[in-house]
Amino acid sequence: MTALQLALGIPLVGAAAIALAHRRPNLREAATLSTAIALCAAVLQLLDPVLAGARPELTLLEILPGLAIAFRVEPLGMLFGLVAAGLWIVNSIYSIGYMRGNGEQHQTRFYVCFALSLGAALAIAFAANLLTLFLFYEVLTLLTYPLVTHAGTDKARAGGRTYLAVLMGTSILFLLPAVVYVWHAAGTTDFAAGGILPADMGRGAVAVLLALFMFGIGKAALMPFHRWLPAAMVAPTPVSALLHAVAVVKAGVFSVIKIVVYVFGLDALAGATDWLVALSGFTIVAASLVALHADNLKRRLAYSTVSQLSYVILAAAILAPLSLVGAALHIAAHAFGKITLFFAAGSIYTAAHKTEVSQLDGIGRRMPWTMAAFGIGALSMIGLPPAAGFVSKWYLVSGAMHQGAWLALLVVLLSTLLNAAYFLPIVYRAFFRPLSAEAVHHPHGEAPWPIVFALTLTAAGTLALFFFPEVPLALAQQLVQP
Amino acid sequence: MSGGLLEHFSHIVAVLLMVAGLHVVMARGNLIKKLVGLSIFQTSVYLLYIAPGKLIGGTAPILAPEYALYSNPLPHVLILTAIVVGVATLALGLALAVRIREAYGTIEEDEITAADNAVQDAEGAKP
Amino acid sequence: MSLAAHLPALQVVLPLLSAPLAVLLRHGGLAFAIVTAGAWSAFAAAIALWLQVGETGAISYHIGNWPPPWGIEYRVDRLASFILLLVAGTAAVVLPYSRASIAREIPRELHYLYYAMFGLCLAGLLGIVVTGDAFNIFVFLEISSLSTYVMIALGRDRRALAASYRYLIMGTIGATFFVIGIGFLYLMTGTLNLVDLAERMRSVESSRPVLAALAFITVGVSLKLALFPLHQWLPNAYTYAPSAVTAFLAATATKVSVYVLIRFWYSVFGETLIFHRLPLPQILLLLSLAAMFAASFTAIFQDNLKRLFAYSSVGQIGYITLGMSFDSVSGLTAAVVHLFNHGITKAAIFLLIGGLVVGLAKPDAHRDAPAGSRDAVPPAPTFDRLAGLAQRMPLTCFGIVVAGLSLIGVPGTAGFVGKWYLILAAMEKGQFWIVGAILLSSLLAVAYVWRFVEVAYFRSPPAGCARCEPPPGLLIPAWLLVGATVWFGLDTSVTLGTALDVARQLVKVGA
Repeated sequence: MTALQLALGIPLVGAAAIALAHRRPNLREAATLSTAIALCAAVLQLLDPVLAGARPELTLLEILPGLAIAFRVEPLGMLFGLVAAGLWIVNSIYSIGYMRGNGEQHQTRFYVCFALSLGAALAIAFAANLLTLFLFYEVLTLLTYPLVTHAGTDKARAGGRTYLAVLMGTSILFLLPAVVYVWHAAGTTDFAAGGILPADMGRGAVAVLLALFMFGIGKAALMPFHRWLPAAMVAPTPVSALLHAVAVVKAGVFSVIKIVVYVFGLDALAGATDWLVALSGFTIVAASLVALHADNLKRRLAYSTVSQLSYVILAAAILAPLSLVGAALHIAAHAFGKITLFFAAGSIYTAAHKTEVSQLDGIGRRMPWTMAAFGIGALSMIGLPPAAGFVSKWYLVSGAMHQGAWLALLVVLLSTLLNAAYFLPIVYRAFFRPLSAEAVHHPHGEAPWPIVFALTLTAAGTLALFFFPEVPLALAQQLVQP
Repeated sequence: MSGGLLEHFSHIVAVLLMVAGLHVVMARGNLIKKLVGLSIFQTSVYLLYIAPGKLIGGTAPILAPEYALYSNPLPHVLILTAIVVGVATLALGLALAVRIREAYGTIEEDEITAADNAVQDAEGAKP
Repeated sequence: MSLAAHLPALQVVLPLLSAPLAVLLRHGGLAFAIVTAGAWSAFAAAIALWLQVGETGAISYHIGNWPPPWGIEYRVDRLASFILLLVAGTAAVVLPYSRASIAREIPRELHYLYYAMFGLCLAGLLGIVVTGDAFNIFVFLEISSLSTYVMIALGRDRRALAASYRYLIMGTIGATFFVIGIGFLYLMTGTLNLVDLAERMRSVESSRPVLAALAFITVGVSLKLALFPLHQWLPNAYTYAPSAVTAFLAATATKVSVYVLIRFWYSVFGETLIFHRLPLPQILLLLSLAAMFAASFTAIFQDNLKRLFAYSSVGQIGYITLGMSFDSVSGLTAAVVHLFNHGITKAAIFLLIGGLVVGLAKPDAHRDAPAGSRDAVPPAPTFDRLAGLAQRMPLTCFGIVVAGLSLIGVPGTAGFVGKWYLILAAMEKGQFWIVGAILLSSLLAVAYVWRFVEVAYFRSPPAGCARCEPPPGLLIPAWLLVGATVWFGLDTSVTLGTALDVARQLVKVGA
């Protein structure tokens, strides 16, 4: 078996194993962890060949004549796959701590859906054509739906309804016709460097197609189709962490980059993306403003994600090779940073049962590890050294300058200030404000060790990405210089 | 296609029966009367088929020197089948009417609809 | 001649023979065995025919060795063999299901009659597909219809009787219209053989009787295929018929009628007359869109799950006729492939609902018997009874969800394939507003499928309810079809391959 077959098959096998072990929680969790480790090992097997220029391929069934479910590992997909598979290990450790710590129901269903979702995310990462991408994009939506509505309450149902309505609605209304139109116009949907659209396609058609794609990929949370992301925060924190900081939303922006580079091609889009720069800029600023006013910690993180996702779209829309490198790097950087922040939020909830920012006074002294990690994640969001967010933002800004995209620069500057304005006060509160009177009577310490261990790991990863960005950088540069 | 009313006599009768039959099916609420209409409607089709196949003075197609003029036998054969189908339909329809009368106590369509709606409302209103 | 040479005749004769045998035996179990044997051998014959036609092209079989146009010809081409697969395949799955299902719905002493009717209906439907003789189509149509009326009337709710009666009236009017049309064609051409008819048609194409024939045939068949707004008979008939009957009818009866319409439009009257001289494509387009929206919209607000999916059927038939209205290879491909895929999807759903009703009727499953209704009536699958059902019947509910995804057209399910080609066909014609309409109506499907999901998965079940999954005799056949729904969404070589061949053969004028 090739490493690619393994990488796609392991989550399926793992999910089956988890389901079979549903009566024995220890065995089940062991199955989850070993699936995650095996998956990461399989994906790592792919790394060296891809860095060396190989492109492993795999073709499964032919759904339509000339249109197969096919996979082909290219640098960007490699990067996304690596981030998703790597963080799943950490997340599994965290999930075990969180789900047991909070005594959640239906844990088997949770782990099965989780493993399958990861499989779908990897299938998106390695998709060789638009049809495969679209297929697993929808599969990912459906598989994460039970995770989002895990609590089964009315609130969860309402959140799930928004989640499904927005993601399904946009993908059926916009993405599907866009995919069919590419097939109709180009006769192929295989991703290829430099784009696949015919050269004689009118500018108007290109513009409409771009709009269909950008709004059709609802997972990228471009306004006005961002409502599902805050709605999905009813999910248990590990879900919010891995899926809504890494797998699902990154599948969205990953698809955006992939379509811009491999379906349109940078040259074909020249001059057609001004509105996208403006809209993603607006999303960045507007979401930051909402985050500034959100008192619920997870809601604040969700809007921060909306804003950060549009960084990637903005970077892609600038159409400069350097900013594309930034976009690719930001997938990794934001993943590490945001998962740390969500882990911290879950840690606070598990240990102290607090969900609002205003309740966090002085909590840093009781949970030093958690809040230190939170600080590092916040630095990465703002884009300050020594955190990973700095590197990606650096490339984004360089690309924007090179292209003379002053609007983009202004947006980046403004949003950096806003990011600082809604993250730093939390850190300040946690470490420098005295404990509130109510909190003094409810003593608590750090969260269970798997949780603390996991968030320390991802915080360390955030720092490591700043000091050793070679591998992601090499992959990102291969994207623009094939 | 020249000729007077009389030349198309059989067609005109067929159309009249057809329209009359359909009208009865639609306008009557009594299940038996509806079936009567349906039968008249079907009968008009028998006429439509058979009349054009008949030649005045024609006989059955018998291969003998003294018969030179044949009527087309095929429509007769077809309609024999159609009559069987029609009878079967009528029998089944009447059987259903009997069963409906047993179940609802009426064979008036509007009363049956009213009874059905009442049940449906009761089902919908159940918490 | 070897047995294989007689396959087209055996295809019909085997189930046709099984019916009177079942009546003679007068025993439920024996009748079941013999009709099932008939259906399975019909399925085997259908597979063999499909393979044979794929290799050698259309097969012409002369009944009694009388050469056409004098004798009756059975003619199996790619399209016919494909529909045969659908009809015989569904029957082969539904019959074993019937055994466990009708035991709870039909009095024991009537079982053998049910199987006899099933065998007749199957023979009639198969006969419509294989025959190459116009009047023969009428006869088979009535054989299948009459047995269908009886099977619907076997439903335990008294409303089944009224539904059956209404269907009888509408169906007979439809069939009579059809036979009037055939009469006109015979008057003008002197032949009933479809191939011969098509040839002789060229000289009289635009005459008034031929146009009248076209009108009568189209309206008559449209009644049988439940084209909006001629679908009034369908919701009640599907809702109150026994579960197995609903599943079988939903998968086959309307689909065979679509086949007849395709046959007459493309092979007999010809594309030029239908699509270029007359405004038929525009009319069909509008009616299809109306079905896709009005029927799907009505479906959202139904309280009874069976009726909800019955209205959904009317909407989905709209997709099929929409594909026909384009007169293009992609359009007809969409129609043919969706006809097949929707057939198996709907059969799966109705089989699962049948199981669901049985599960609900278990003595420990519901404590409050519905007040005021006849004690013999099984509980209708209304939404208030479905609360929290996923905890009590996880397999059944999950199956309905998977098949529901196929109705929506999610990639990876059978429903996606047809939708893809439908969109492609609209794009090829440059009619992007139709693309929008297709997608919007898919959202209506999301709405009615998700209504079920939310009730079954999120409402809490009434207290004290045990797990009540239906018996395996009901679940296995249903899940076979659910599996087929997914399989034909991933591997489309059989379905799409055949549909593309059919469309390329039939569409000659349109692009």
